[in-house]
Amino acid sequence: MRRPPIYGLLAEFDTPTELVTAARKARAEGYRVMDAYSPFPIEELAEALHFHDRRLPLVVLLGGLFGGVAGYALEYWTSVIDYPLNVGGRPLHSWPAFIPVTFETTVLCAALSAVLGMLALNGLPMPYHPVFNVPRFALASRDQFFLCIEATDPHFDRVITRRFLERLDPLSVSEVDH
Amino acid sequence: MSLPVIEARRDRRPPIIAPGHTFETVTDRISRVVLRRGTPRGWIVGFALSFSLMMVLFYATAVLLFRGIGVWGINIPVAWGFDIVNFVWWIGIGHAGTLISAILLLLKQEWRTSINRFAEAMTLFAVACAGLYPVLHLGRPWLAYWLFPYPNTMSMWPQFRSPLIWDVFAVSTYLTVSLLFWFVGLIPDFATLRDRSASRVGRATYGMLAMGWRGSAQHWHRYETAYLLLAGLATPLVVSVHTIVSFDFAVSVIPGWHATILPPYFVAGAIYSGFAMVMTLAIPIRKFYGLEDFITMRHLDNMARVMLATGLIVAYGYMMETFMAWYGGNPYESFMVLNRFSGPYWPQYWLLITCNVILPQVLWFKRLRTSIPALFGVSLIVNLGMWLERYIIIVVSLHRDFLPSSWGMYAGTIYDWSMLFGSMGLFLTLLFLFIRYLPMISIFEMRTLVPGAHVEEEAP
Repeated sequence: MRRPPIYGLLAEFDTPTELVTAARKARAEGYRVMDAYSPFPIEELAEALHFHDRRLPLVVLLGGLFGGVAGYALEYWTSVIDYPLNVGGRPLHSWPAFIPVTFETTVLCAALSAVLGMLALNGLPMPYHPVFNVPRFALASRDQFFLCIEATDPHFDRVITRRFLERLDPLSVSEVDH
Repeated sequence: MSLPVIEARRDRRPPIIAPGHTFETVTDRISRVVLRRGTPRGWIVGFALSFSLMMVLFYATAVLLFRGIGVWGINIPVAWGFDIVNFVWWIGIGHAGTLISAILLLLKQEWRTSINRFAEAMTLFAVACAGLYPVLHLGRPWLAYWLFPYPNTMSMWPQFRSPLIWDVFAVSTYLTVSLLFWFVGLIPDFATLRDRSASRVGRATYGMLAMGWRGSAQHWHRYETAYLLLAGLATPLVVSVHTIVSFDFAVSVIPGWHATILPPYFVAGAIYSGFAMVMTLAIPIRKFYGLEDFITMRHLDNMARVMLATGLIVAYGYMMETFMAWYGGNPYESFMVLNRFSGPYWPQYWLLITCNVILPQVLWFKRLRTSIPALFGVSLIVNLGMWLERYIIIVVSLHRDFLPSSWGMYAGTIYDWSMLFGSMGLFLTLLFLFIRYLPMISIFEMRTLVPGAHVEEEAP
């Protein structure tokens, strides 16, 4: 597929309510390939964009299970198989004493997978992204709200989409270069 | 009482953010502390003092490495002294940070927002200070890596049935998870600093730390999930850490240590001392940086209430220890309690009771809970009391155990004291650097508290 001449069109809004309304309208208009940018998390926004990703909790669950099994296996293998030490005739496989370390390795691996999983699914670190080419976008981390309809959307048209965005009453609409 | 009355009463409490703030003012006020050119004189003086105190720690450590742990006051029978007292004290202080950031997040306590960032920083630095002591106590600290299970030429493995190895896992996990939690919370704020910084170095540094964060709705969605899951993981973790620390004592057979009440009472004591430390730090910082709009009287009042509640749990712990010593009928246990009351360490014991049980009762009074000098005083007293508590638990139990022929006495030496005060220097040095170079209040979370942050739904 030919690369579109621009990355997309970016509309700027003043309040979270306007952004969510705009996202809903864009969705109703048929646009699918778009993203919204805000200085803080807005619960309704993911809803408005029909964005659902349930993979992260699964990643964390698997990480935690791995940590727990690995921690217990390490204790079992070292204390029973590789380095059995008879302490007053107590059982080598003294499982109650193995629980604290198992718990800690579970939490450690689950937490690491939560953070690394979140970064990986978000594609971070990402040193370059086209939206930063718009000077006003620096305010996305301060007090402004942005909606970007990307050029790869099948309905995207440089003129028609621009006209649509301008009808949503934004502060500004800018073209995003690659 | 009808609902509107309750609402009206609730409204009379001071707000969690002063009125009149917008996304813009919140962002600018907090980021200005970091981004301003030039450093305030007060910061330089404070940093210099803390740095000098840290040098005392380095000196004492150098002497210790050169001459061995004989420079400390520890002996047989009191083989655990200041080092373990300080370890438990610092670890406990760290716990309030996790409580504020994780448990209060899960309980949807919005007021936590303006204090969670520096409470988390406090956790990290306190755990860093705590971690020093057991390592230095090893005798040959350069072999500290032997604590971790790794394949080695000696064909040996750590003893996983020992609470001391549980401690290694608990403390290192706690440090790692606290660091992750803190860093994840900072990512969106790094992006703000990247976009607001006027200097090239600032933009490059904060830019690298922000990793290209752009506030995308998809990213926020996963971010919030990750943050919530981390909070859910940190909550049992923080309870487990101090429980495991208490196992260092409870699993042994020493009178005064071998008790099932130790884990809950250690955890409550940890939160108690941690909130005291947050208060000790928050009061001067909000004053110096003019952040009274964000850390309001409401926050101080709430923290005082948590201190009062956990202080009462701790008092219950002391009471139960005494009761069980009598009710259990074990002569060694009852001697231990009598020895605490009237043995050679009675002044420390009664000072502990005064600091931890009697004086904090003033927090019942609203007038004192809303008086800054009173709160600051109580927080310092509780910090002292909690240090004394660990001193009493460790020293008094060890110095007279079962056989009078093996009794002894203990006192810290100049090196013990210099390591205690030196570690405060390390803690404060890190804290000063944090305040200067990182946003001490979570900016993006503060934005969510501003009126207008909520999406208004139109009637369909």
